[in-house]
Amino acid sequence: MSTITRDEVAHLAHLARLAVTDDELDTFAVQLDVILSSVASIADVAADDILPTTHAVPLTNVLRADEPGTSLNRDTVLLAAPAAEGGRFRVPRILDAQE
Amino acid sequence: MTEFIKLSAAELAGLVADGTASARDITQAHLDRITSTDERLNAFVTVDAEGALATADAVDARRAAGEQLPPLAGVPIAVKDIVVTNGIETTAASKILRGWIPPYDATIVTKLRAAGLVPLGKTNLDEFAMGSSTENSAFGPSRNPWDLARTPGGSSGGSSAAVAAYQAPLAIGTDTGGSIRQPASLTGIVGHKPTYGGVSRSGLIAYASSLDQAGPFGRTVLDAALLHEVIAGHDPADSTSLDLPVPLVADAARIGAAGDLTGMTIGVVSNLSGEGYEPGVVSAIAATVAQLEQMGAKVVECPCPHFDYALAAYYLIAPSECSSNLARFDAMRYGLRVGDDRQASLEAVMAGTRDAGFGAEVKRRIIIGTYALSAGYYDAYYGQAQKVRTLISRDFITAFSGCDVLVSPTSPIVAFELGPRAEDPMAMYAVDLCTLPASLAGVPAISVPCGLSDGLPVGLQIMAPVLADDRCYRVAAAVEASLNSPVLAAAPQL
Repeated sequence: MSTITRDEVAHLAHLARLAVTDDELDTFAVQLDVILSSVASIADVAADDILPTTHAVPLTNVLRADEPGTSLNRDTVLLAAPAAEGGRFRVPRILDAQE
Repeated sequence: MTEFIKLSAAELAGLVADGTASARDITQAHLDRITSTDERLNAFVTVDAEGALATADAVDARRAAGEQLPPLAGVPIAVKDIVVTNGIETTAASKILRGWIPPYDATIVTKLRAAGLVPLGKTNLDEFAMGSSTENSAFGPSRNPWDLARTPGGSSGGSSAAVAAYQAPLAIGTDTGGSIRQPASLTGIVGHKPTYGGVSRSGLIAYASSLDQAGPFGRTVLDAALLHEVIAGHDPADSTSLDLPVPLVADAARIGAAGDLTGMTIGVVSNLSGEGYEPGVVSAIAATVAQLEQMGAKVVECPCPHFDYALAAYYLIAPSECSSNLARFDAMRYGLRVGDDRQASLEAVMAGTRDAGFGAEVKRRIIIGTYALSAGYYDAYYGQAQKVRTLISRDFITAFSGCDVLVSPTSPIVAFELGPRAEDPMAMYAVDLCTLPASLAGVPAISVPCGLSDGLPVGLQIMAPVLADDRCYRVAAAVEASLNSPVLAAAPQL
């Protein structure tokens, strides 16, 4: 039995904002099924009483002094923007024409 | 100028410090070497000749002014193109970032500049450091100077190829699941993954944040240690960087070079052997372990049963973190934007750009990560993988209660041919088998050349407890000292 279907891959690609082509979907569905089947062994390894590790080294919350510092120059940053207008990032429309 | 390119970083720094050679001449010799070899190797994505010569001139001026120079001043270095560099294009070998000029330096680059090192340019990698061969680069694969039909390893394969081919004596790599150690092993050089948090991640383009760690490449253990000391240390800009003293790795390399390991216990990981390990690799490792015993170390077998699940845990945790980290490539603030005709919606532009800009492996990992983190699957996949990580850490703690370091092959196989594996993701993932446990546990690990298998280099991996990076360097230097001639001396002339 496959662990993941072509439709599921399409749904996940949509969630991840990847406009994958039909060809890519065909390839990925097969490959992801192989990969997920290979890692499925993980399900039975750890008992319920094992705590998960999120970071290799124990972390504590870090705060810095609340003092103003220097920031990157606005115009320098906007030089890297795909589109900028009037000192701002220009983005495509967020709402559909009907909304 | 061949004499300059064959010297170690320590030797080059000595020449600059005592005025025997100028940083400019040393830098020019390496730039010439890049010009004459990189068409074949494809180690560099960007060469910054002008910037490198200006930096070299500044070092020469400091010396002329009577200034005491830092230990590696005037030494050229190659930097993996996932480390951001102010004013120099940084691509992560992805079409989505092509042409991006960062407005700031990564902390480690600031440290390199302050120490007077001379960045020559940016090296090739698997896109966003996802891969083990550089075949996932948008700029084509790098090639192994030992055999141009083979991979120099990955993801930091441009850096390993550059150092092995004498284009640079030193390089910076990053290691998430083995991306410094495996390329070092496959090219016959030294590469170290520091303790997680030992080196700042600020300015590394993030792949899997709980695993990513930058580290040094060198042709000698001492060179790698000297570079390690330049880039290590606490950074307020990285809240996961450790605010603790940097291990004295250069001293450890010098002590290890004396070849005396009396009083050390070395554990051989029994789970990192067997099926899938090339006979030539196994025998080279066995001969090296026997050599360590001759140098006074006590050798014991160490079972680490949960290492068997490292591959599965890694290929759930890393894609999960990747799917989250790579959400920042949204076509809005920097990088590629496709299909923005002032009619298309934000979502269509975003999805179209990400499909056009990311390569197949990056998309696969984003989709796997999205799956592993989604409701209904989270506990079965990501949650379980994080628990396995705990079990792997416990294996390390148990092992280190009975030995000072653990050793294994760095890679189960020597450098493989470009092509066949690239079409089979699981076959490619399997080459990371030996390097993944140290990544998941955050412990330091080094790869040092220890012999040949069918004429290609084999690396020994040495793993140590958290912040005992010095032990990796000490044992690695002893291995280096035990060889009649450096492994790299057997590489063909380019």
